[in-house]
Amino acid sequence: MTQLDNDKLIACVDRMPAFPKSVQQVVHLTNDLNASAKDIVRVIECDPVMTVKILKAINSAFYGLPKKITSVQRAVVHIGLNTIKNLALGVAAMGMLDTQNKANFNTAQFLLHALTTAAISKQLAEHLRLSPSECSDSFVAGLLHDFGKVVFTEFMPLEFKLALEKSNVLQMPLHEAELEFIGINHAQAGKILAEKWGLSEQLIAAIAHHHDIGGAKSALEDCVFAANQISKHLRFGDGGNPVLESFSEATAARFGLQHELPADFAMQPLIESLGDLQAIKTEAQSFIHL
Amino acid sequence: MKFKFWGVRGSIPTPGPRTVKYGGNTTCIEIRTDDNDLIILDAGTGIHALAQGLLKEMPIHANIFITHTHWDHIQGLPFFTPIFIANNRITIYGSQDPVTSEGISRALTVQLQYSFFPIREAQLNARVEYKTLIPGVPVNIGKATVTPIVLSHPVLNFGYRVDCDGQSLFFTGDYEPELNIYSPEDEEYEQFQVLIEEKWQEVVTAMANVDALIVDSSYTDSEYASKRGWGHGTYTSAIQLATAAKVKKLFFTHHEPTRTDADLDAIYQTLLQQYPAVGFDFELAQEGFEIPL
Repeated sequence: MTQLDNDKLIACVDRMPAFPKSVQQVVHLTNDLNASAKDIVRVIECDPVMTVKILKAINSAFYGLPKKITSVQRAVVHIGLNTIKNLALGVAAMGMLDTQNKANFNTAQFLLHALTTAAISKQLAEHLRLSPSECSDSFVAGLLHDFGKVVFTEFMPLEFKLALEKSNVLQMPLHEAELEFIGINHAQAGKILAEKWGLSEQLIAAIAHHHDIGGAKSALEDCVFAANQISKHLRFGDGGNPVLESFSEATAARFGLQHELPADFAMQPLIESLGDLQAIKTEAQSFIHL
Repeated sequence: MKFKFWGVRGSIPTPGPRTVKYGGNTTCIEIRTDDNDLIILDAGTGIHALAQGLLKEMPIHANIFITHTHWDHIQGLPFFTPIFIANNRITIYGSQDPVTSEGISRALTVQLQYSFFPIREAQLNARVEYKTLIPGVPVNIGKATVTPIVLSHPVLNFGYRVDCDGQSLFFTGDYEPELNIYSPEDEEYEQFQVLIEEKWQEVVTAMANVDALIVDSSYTDSEYASKRGWGHGTYTSAIQLATAAKVKKLFFTHHEPTRTDADLDAIYQTLLQQYPAVGFDFELAQEGFEIPL
């Protein structure tokens, strides 16, 4: 497979629909004059496609923001609930992501992985005592970290299917298999899109580096990395990658873990310190109605 | 710099004997700089009467700044007579709508369609230009500087600050200060409140120390209880804004369409009693009133 055509990719993603449950919920809630604002916002911020489309619209050069808007809540405060609602309705009007796809990628399990990674990432940020806005960014970064996979499912399903199968059979990291069949991996595709959408530097970095072991990482990137491993280890949904990745020395140190241990052992104390993570899974499941 | 109210009514024109004093036209404010440059804030039905006076000055260059595209702020555009007459220059400024991705030209294009209006856009004889504004980025009209800021309303709405000749004015367009969408017991409540306060500070800074602050004050506090989220402010929220921004004079506008002159007079008396010493003068905006700064 040759390199993806970036412009084509970006144009396709503009027309990409959101996840079925959130599309239904947005239509339902926006038809109800008495629907509560927080319910609508909750639906939008739990759907990676709706979230990126709103962040993209609001971070466009037309709104000249001195500081990038990184969360749906901030977008609501800045531009007003009704505009956000109508942006979401516009996304809903594009249809729904097909649950049956040529890549055989289970999008419901993917969404569960994305949502639990988001929630765990936020908990880790709170655990590290990051600021409230960084904690909220951690959620968004966790939600969007694997966005590239949805794009592959939609626009390169056959190549992505081969990558998923190879990764599964050989138990090799999915992002390595993607390189072989697609030419770029989902983190790189996510980075290209996030840059094009004008997302914040921190969000771009967290998406771009979530499989990198080396190099200095920000606290936000470390939260997304660790949350991704925890979500995979606990089998909360499935992002298609069967392989747990080891913590770098710096990332392990940030959470007080021993990096020499295999990842599943290394992260055990961290998982225990976070308390009842099953509740996160249950909440995400109730949202997706699996 | 001086300005004049040509329309102060919210939502829909309200002609008739009970609105003679404050006026029944929807939003339109004329600003004249000392050099006589013409800036018009919003093109509600009030712009029609303004246009009649401009016919004597032609050719004119009118700079029309639209706060947002709800009908009561654009309805007068096709009746702004100078657009039909050659040699006039009309520049219409406004935002790009994030939902439709369309610029301010749509406000006129939509109205000049066969079903809604007898004249087509191509038949306008004046030179009509459209300029998309970016919040926080000022534009110059002669010696005046006009700076937009996003203010919350059910459609993208710009408040405008106009600085010229050492004087300043701020008009909110339609604006309801942000509400917390969460309940105090919700986990998200506190963080959302922080965002709201940051935005409030941004708004207050944008209108700081102006000589005249013109604010959407559609509702009384008791009316507001059932109109939260509709996108309009209250007399109280206007007073709070003016106090925080340390303005010299406050004008309440966007009068609720069912209010009679007597209702508005009564509200004004109540406000005078309620706020005897806020440190600035306040008045209800009144159609036809010209205020030198």
